[in-house]
Amino acid sequence: MIRSILIGALAIGVVGTGYWGYKEHQEKNAVLINAENTYQRAFHDLNFHMDALEEKIGSTLAMNSRSSLSPALAEVWRLTSEAQNDVGQLPLTLMPFNKTEEFLSNIGSFSYRVAVRDLDERPLSNEEYETLKKLHNHSNDVKNELRKVQAMVIDHNLRWMDVELALASESEPQDNTIIDGFKTVDKQVEGYSEVNWGPEINQLNEKKENLYKNIKGKELSEKEAKKRVMDFLDIDKNASVDITTTGKESKYQAYSLSIENPDKKSSVNLDVTKKGAKPIWILMDRKIGKQKLSLNEAANKATSFLKEHDITNMEISQSSQYDKMGVFTFISQQGDVSIYPDAVHIKVALDNGDITGYESLEYLTNHHERKVTEPTITRDEALEKVNPNVQIMEEGLGIIKNDLGDEVLCYEFMGTIEEETYRIFVNADNGREERVEKMDGTEMNYNTM
Amino acid sequence: MRKVVSILKISLIAGLLCLPLITVLDTGNKVDAFSNQIIQKGATGTDVIELQARLKNIGFYTGAIDGVFGWGTYWAVRNFQYEFGMKVDGLVGPDMKAKLNKSTKYDPSAQKQQNKGQSPNAAQSSGNKSKDSNTNVQGKNTPSGYSQNDIKLIANAVYGESRGEPYEGQVAVAAVILNRVQSSSFPNTVSGVIFEPRAFTAVSDGQIWLTPNERAKEAVIDAINGWDPTGEALYYFNPNTATSGWIWTRPQIKQIGKHIFCE
Repeated sequence: MIRSILIGALAIGVVGTGYWGYKEHQEKNAVLINAENTYQRAFHDLNFHMDALEEKIGSTLAMNSRSSLSPALAEVWRLTSEAQNDVGQLPLTLMPFNKTEEFLSNIGSFSYRVAVRDLDERPLSNEEYETLKKLHNHSNDVKNELRKVQAMVIDHNLRWMDVELALASESEPQDNTIIDGFKTVDKQVEGYSEVNWGPEINQLNEKKENLYKNIKGKELSEKEAKKRVMDFLDIDKNASVDITTTGKESKYQAYSLSIENPDKKSSVNLDVTKKGAKPIWILMDRKIGKQKLSLNEAANKATSFLKEHDITNMEISQSSQYDKMGVFTFISQQGDVSIYPDAVHIKVALDNGDITGYESLEYLTNHHERKVTEPTITRDEALEKVNPNVQIMEEGLGIIKNDLGDEVLCYEFMGTIEEETYRIFVNADNGREERVEKMDGTEMNYNTM
Repeated sequence: MRKVVSILKISLIAGLLCLPLITVLDTGNKVDAFSNQIIQKGATGTDVIELQARLKNIGFYTGAIDGVFGWGTYWAVRNFQYEFGMKVDGLVGPDMKAKLNKSTKYDPSAQKQQNKGQSPNAAQSSGNKSKDSNTNVQGKNTPSGYSQNDIKLIANAVYGESRGEPYEGQVAVAAVILNRVQSSSFPNTVSGVIFEPRAFTAVSDGQIWLTPNERAKEAVIDAINGWDPTGEALYYFNPNTATSGWIWTRPQIKQIGKHIFCE
């Protein structure tokens, strides 16, 4: 009797477990298929968008008038961003596909710039036409390679989940058809270096060297740099200091210091340039107590910190309080002119006024004495270029970097339209509206508790 | 005996008389008027609430009373200074406070009540009224271009990826996320970068959904405000657990904590 009850109970147990296992298995499969489908969708979308991209670029080659060229190039711009979006959804992050992504983004910015330009005034130049032709060829190659991969995926029912597994496994080389296909595409794109993108894109790559060029002085040894830092930060000699050098190929050559300060129970980390040991950034980590200082007092602390370290003629352009921190942006002033590219950020703890952060990469790369020319147009002429709905509240002169990366002298107007505040820069030489910014920086709390 | 009683009486009466005086002084410092600070743009707190309420009272300010000295408040202050013939500098010093006190009415309790009515977490905040000076501050400063939700999302990723790391290392991870948003070889949005498949282990294994601490949020704000300890790195990896061989071929910049940062 007991035996048969036991057997019955066990049997129910076994059947129950089996059923539960089957359900679990089904659910797992459903999730896997769902994930796989998301990948498949992104992949086939990518192919579709590359097809359309090639076709659109191709058709622009035969166009001549502004009315057809501008919309077509805008369409190219849209398609590149769609394709980039598709790539971002595929598990390709840790494999070499970034050349292709860069290529897409360059096509995007190239076509955008030409699309928004007044082509009646400045029609497509010969170089730009050549660039478009090359882009058409290249996008055709990329499209064909991707189509090959797509055909294989469809014919052999290849799964993107296997790509994930292959990438996750440590075995090298990874043997996976899809991965190989994408690697081929990227290799091909790598060879497209001869494309002339125009000055806007090339200038991005020049930024690196400026820091090195702009700082005078000779390279210091670790020991000398360390001494300078201790002087700069006014740290007593008992603190333990750890110093390392940044990698050879990094964007700037610097020493990284890590200082443990036993007195203040804080640690300080910073990078200084090898030349002249100028601090690029400093971060202090310690517990911040109750707020005792106002933001205004903190601003004064930050100002005197800059003065103490011979960074002169700086004005606060932005100040914000984040809980127990005051964060300030300083920009340099030359006469009446604000030099926006020369920016320094300073963070002040509001409990005792310690400088807990300092950041001057922009200042170090850009700062130099500028030849400020007299504006060619008058203030009133510049004001005429500003939207008449803007109520001007404050104005001045400022140098900013425009979209081409050139420094330009501008009339700066701060104004409001109803509740919103705007900053408008009008080129002081040709009256071009160089930049319009909507100034925000505050937000209501969305309390969901 | 009589003398003693009368002395007691006198001191009692004196004490009773003093009591309200003390309380008046006490509350006077805390809520009735501005504190001694010079209020400048970007500040947050009860002083800013009072400033906004007073300016609104006489029609200089039309925005929400959120306790954050933003652009709207700034222009209101400047207009006030202009109208009252003061130096127009946007700073609220003793002079301006005195003028405000004279020309406007301010009832802090009404302000509190009103704010509470609007605030969904009224029950929570009423517990620690005067302790926390920011109880009624409803707004927050956010670095331009990023919303508080963006900051929270990045803080989630930073916390999931590097909660055991030194502060510098957390700022570094946040900086890498922002560098990727800027880079042309990565998606152009914060969420696109964070949720890119296989980009962050904390996203793949769900650790991103842990609740981040204040430190992680602070690290994110620092990174958005321009601090980049990594020297513009786009990748980082933990050399002990890295599974991809390719990552080792990237030019390395430096090591912070357990992570190696590379271009």
